[in-house]
Amino acid sequence: MSKKQDNKKQDEVETTGHSWDGIEEFNNPLPKWWVWCLYATIVWAILYTIAYPAWPMIKGATPGLLGYSTRAEVAEDIAAVDAANAELIAKLAAVDLTTITDDAELHGFAVNGGGAIFRANCSQCHGSGAAGTTGFPNLLDDDWLWGGTIEDIVYTVTHGVRNEQSLDSRYSEMTAFDEILTDEEITGVVNHVLAISGQDHDPAAAELGATVFYDNCAACHGDAGEGMDALGAPTLTDAIWLYGGDEATITETVRYARFGVMPAWSAEYRVGSGLDQAEINAVAAYVHQLGGGE
Amino acid sequence: MAFLDRHKVLEKNATLLLAASFVVVTVGGIVEIAPLFYLENTIEKVEGMRPYSPLELTGREIYIREGCYVCHSQMIRPMRDEVERYGHYSLAAESMYDHPFQWGSKRTGPDLARVGGRYSDEWLVAHLTDPQSVVPESVMPPYGYLTQRLIEPTYIEDLLSTHAMVGVPYTEEMIASASADFMVQIDPFGDFDGLLERYPNAQVRNFDGQPGVSEMDAMVAYLQMLGTLVDFSTFTPDASR
Repeated sequence: MSKKQDNKKQDEVETTGHSWDGIEEFNNPLPKWWVWCLYATIVWAILYTIAYPAWPMIKGATPGLLGYSTRAEVAEDIAAVDAANAELIAKLAAVDLTTITDDAELHGFAVNGGGAIFRANCSQCHGSGAAGTTGFPNLLDDDWLWGGTIEDIVYTVTHGVRNEQSLDSRYSEMTAFDEILTDEEITGVVNHVLAISGQDHDPAAAELGATVFYDNCAACHGDAGEGMDALGAPTLTDAIWLYGGDEATITETVRYARFGVMPAWSAEYRVGSGLDQAEINAVAAYVHQLGGGE
Repeated sequence: MAFLDRHKVLEKNATLLLAASFVVVTVGGIVEIAPLFYLENTIEKVEGMRPYSPLELTGREIYIREGCYVCHSQMIRPMRDEVERYGHYSLAAESMYDHPFQWGSKRTGPDLARVGGRYSDEWLVAHLTDPQSVVPESVMPPYGYLTQRLIEPTYIEDLLSTHAMVGVPYTEEMIASASADFMVQIDPFGDFDGLLERYPNAQVRNFDGQPGVSEMDAMVAYLQMLGTLVDFSTFTPDASR
């Protein structure tokens, strides 16, 4: 600013009268636009408290003329999306899942919706790509503990595995053989399992182990170690292992057993955060089409 | 405008200015804070809420000590995407025994308000020990040492008494049996009838699968009960809020 302008201002504008060491303060008013904006916000605030819930009274706050409610808004949002998909959701909840692939639109809806449900609820254990990890089954392959038909998957998702939430959860319990078999028998049966899964083993120990296996393990895992879906007993002849197929891990499994669990996801057992029938069908359709569905 | 011109009095008198500022702030406090203590709709009544069991409360202390709240919220907001992902939106009543509450304000990890029962104990232990072993894309640091740190209920009565002091309805009986309740919650073969009577729906099992009460036991016991207490089958949301 030039000196000339300053001089001009000094002539026109009053000072506040404050003076300190000869320095005086101008009493310039706030710009008009600024003042009007301030008044507008005050008016806005008053109108807002009339329109929306605001003022605390004796028993509750004023409800506001617009009748706004956060909860009603969520319910409306959810209802709106459900209504938009109502036809597909109703169809999905009632569909015979074995024929779901015949209806391309419904199958697409189920797989996409199921994928979202999987990522929110299942991916933490089974992996975001469904490949699982040690102790948590891979869902991409064709090796299934409890059956890989789409109906088996629906049942497993609904009731879970070895939990206390659903009385109908899939249940079986492997025996811990640590105190039942001798060390020699355990070494034998481990070598037998290594043998039937085509790994390096001690043939002499495996021969002893074959008898031990037949007496103790075959009831669930099958005479040839082919496993049994009804009991969640895994196949022992392939290269797919939930906890590990090396000698040390198999020994640990034989000695102390395993007890893998899965929560029941049906809303019946998880009121407030569970899945409804259409959602269960959707996630089953998603898992079934990943590659291993039977 | 003669009255408004008198602001010079306030500006020239520091003590008066302080007193006047206090009056203004007090008005704000009375309007915004005081009603929360008497309005009937601040905390709606719900079925199923109970104070934390001694072991769960200890787990909660560890949760706070480790700063879990820095990355995890415990507050499902009433929005469609949150309700679809995490379950029913959180209710005020669900935090009524939380001192301090763990709502949090940042989510590097997911919301934990309803994490209870969502995963198995084995998963929670594996995940706390080495998060990347089960969730490769996770950025969470490991907390494996919780399993090694065995804890005794030395100060558990004090902890419960302190919570009772700030309004949590711990009875004298609960405080007196706190040590026993603490120890028995990880012992499925123990006499836990009293625990279940005092803390309905408390989950009794050896959470980390190791002998003794470890910090991991307390942490998993706490996580496994989060958001599971309210019986939503008897809950009808009051539309007025």
